[in-house]
Amino acid sequence: MLIEATHLQKFFTLNGGRRVHAVDDVSLGIAEHEVVGLVGESGSGKTTFGKTLIGLYDKSGGEVRYRGEVLPARYTAADFRQQASEIQIIFQDPYGSLNPRMTIFEIIAEGLRLRDHCSLASTRDKVVYWLERVGLSADHLSRYPHEFSGGQRQRVGIARALIVEPKLLVCDEPISALDVSVQAQVVQLLGELQESMGLSLLFIAHDLSMVRHVSDRMAVMYLGSLIELGPTEAVYFRPLHPYTQLLIASKPEPDPAHERQRQDPLIKGEIPSPIDLKPRCRFAGRCPKAEPRCFVERPVLREVQPARLVACHLL
Amino acid sequence: MNSTQYVLEVDNLAVEFDTYGGVVQAVRDVSFKLRKGKTLAIVGESGCGKSVTVQSLMGLIPMPPGRITRGSARLGGDELLHIAPAALNAIRGKRIGMIFQDPMSALNPTMSIGAQIAETLVVHRGMTASAARTEVLELLHLTQIPEPEQRLNQYPFECSGGMLQRAMIAMSIACKPEVLIADEPTTALDVTIQAQILLLLKQLQQSHGLSIILITHDLGVVAHMAHDVAVMYAGQVVESAPVDDLFYRPAHPYTLGLRAALPGNDPQKQRLQIIPGSPPDLFAPPPACAFADRCPHTMRLCRSAAPATYTRPPPPASQASTNSAHEARCWLHHPQAPSSPVRSSAAT
Repeated sequence: MLIEATHLQKFFTLNGGRRVHAVDDVSLGIAEHEVVGLVGESGSGKTTFGKTLIGLYDKSGGEVRYRGEVLPARYTAADFRQQASEIQIIFQDPYGSLNPRMTIFEIIAEGLRLRDHCSLASTRDKVVYWLERVGLSADHLSRYPHEFSGGQRQRVGIARALIVEPKLLVCDEPISALDVSVQAQVVQLLGELQESMGLSLLFIAHDLSMVRHVSDRMAVMYLGSLIELGPTEAVYFRPLHPYTQLLIASKPEPDPAHERQRQDPLIKGEIPSPIDLKPRCRFAGRCPKAEPRCFVERPVLREVQPARLVACHLL
Repeated sequence: MNSTQYVLEVDNLAVEFDTYGGVVQAVRDVSFKLRKGKTLAIVGESGCGKSVTVQSLMGLIPMPPGRITRGSARLGGDELLHIAPAALNAIRGKRIGMIFQDPMSALNPTMSIGAQIAETLVVHRGMTASAARTEVLELLHLTQIPEPEQRLNQYPFECSGGMLQRAMIAMSIACKPEVLIADEPTTALDVTIQAQILLLLKQLQQSHGLSIILITHDLGVVAHMAHDVAVMYAGQVVESAPVDDLFYRPAHPYTLGLRAALPGNDPQKQRLQIIPGSPPDLFAPPPACAFADRCPHTMRLCRSAAPATYTRPPPPASQASTNSAHEARCWLHHPQAPSSPVRSSAAT
């Protein structure tokens, strides 16, 4: 494994000492050249997992190893500097994640400048190379983020992350703010770059069909827990966990005849609050198949079929 | 077709906005008809003018800087555009209800849920506060919100997005409107909650005989909800059709491109097809076909003359008389145009 989280936890403490279990005991590794898709609904902890994995949040428990070495539980500025040329991230919001007062040139060059302690001017050729590689051009160098569309900004974000040639790229919902036709463009670009650079990708998203398109393995989170993990095609077409089954079945397909056959949604209620969780199955309250023990004992993630891990008492 | 079949008819609507950068032609010649008791989906990407279109029907375009330069919209026989504010207030919220994309910012954060819904009833139906409260509770029950009694006195920040969307639906149907406009009602919600809200809208359509305009960019939601579809691009309706025709016999290259850009569900993983480029600048929209620069079938004509809207003959097996017409704004449907994938009648 290139990077591996074991029993990773991230809690946030609220006023009055109550705890938000954002990520609670998640073990997940990403191999070299592998793309792992991480899916879940809002509040499932998928973004928090991604950020805790690479040190943007301090860890509350568990550890992360990168090439076998344990990463710090709490990062210092020096730790980030050291890690930056190996691990990079692109963010969900292409509007909020680019400094509006910097030109595209300055934004993309910044990583190189800080790493190599070189002048802005000396990075020009490399910045132009990366601009072109993500489908923009040298004409864009002196422009500012507000002059670009969402899809173009996301391309700038990709160039900024990849110019230091990292090994691991965390993509935190990189397409959910984009239009359908632009989503396909960005996903295809990421796929091409991943292949040509031999990148490892953690692709975080809530759109299962897009994740299916890019990932080798798919991981599903619910309320801070990893509940299913396996090869993408297997999870997508033969989901084992009741939640994964309902999640995949809930997405309407662009096919009217198929939609007319659709049964009413089986899943009731909403994702509960992640504050002060009891030791029980996180999904028990909404699960149509829940049994008494689901409410008193938390299932662990275990291999139920070759390469397929599920956290459910019923399997 | 007789015209009483339609509750809402919009003809040749055009809306502009003055900005520091010049005049944006946000909506350029939009026409559509909403059938009684049916759902019309308006589909398109950001900036295509779908929200501006419905906002102008509701008198929600700020003027200035906005301006409705052309067109008419009729609810039953009553004109909606360019009418006095008092006349509009008698229609808006009463005969046309609306739900918005982001329930958290569409609701008033300083009023309890119950009071906000009751306001509509007091204003439009002249109810007393206590009668309104009983009615609100009934409406909340109808939307299947969990613990409705408790919600009455809660404020928006105390509720989840799904609950707020239910509260907004309760508000929008409080006056038993003829038309419900839903502007991206589930975009901010998770898929499992989306499924619940869409089911609720369908149930309400059945029980209240609602005619719905559904604005969305999600073709899955369209397939699930719509009877008729209008596809918008660069401020124009480029294709309108009954839902099956739109999905199985798309007639405009843009519609075809949108379908191909979606990851399919077939076990064979296919490469996503990409629509190259980006939509045109609406400060200076192209004089001819707006899609010409991105279209794989562009002809010389497409760049020199604006395409007319052509009606496609219905497939042989359909009952054409009950369905809406299938129209496309594309030169490829001109009788003398060369053959192309959008003209072949085979399913795609």
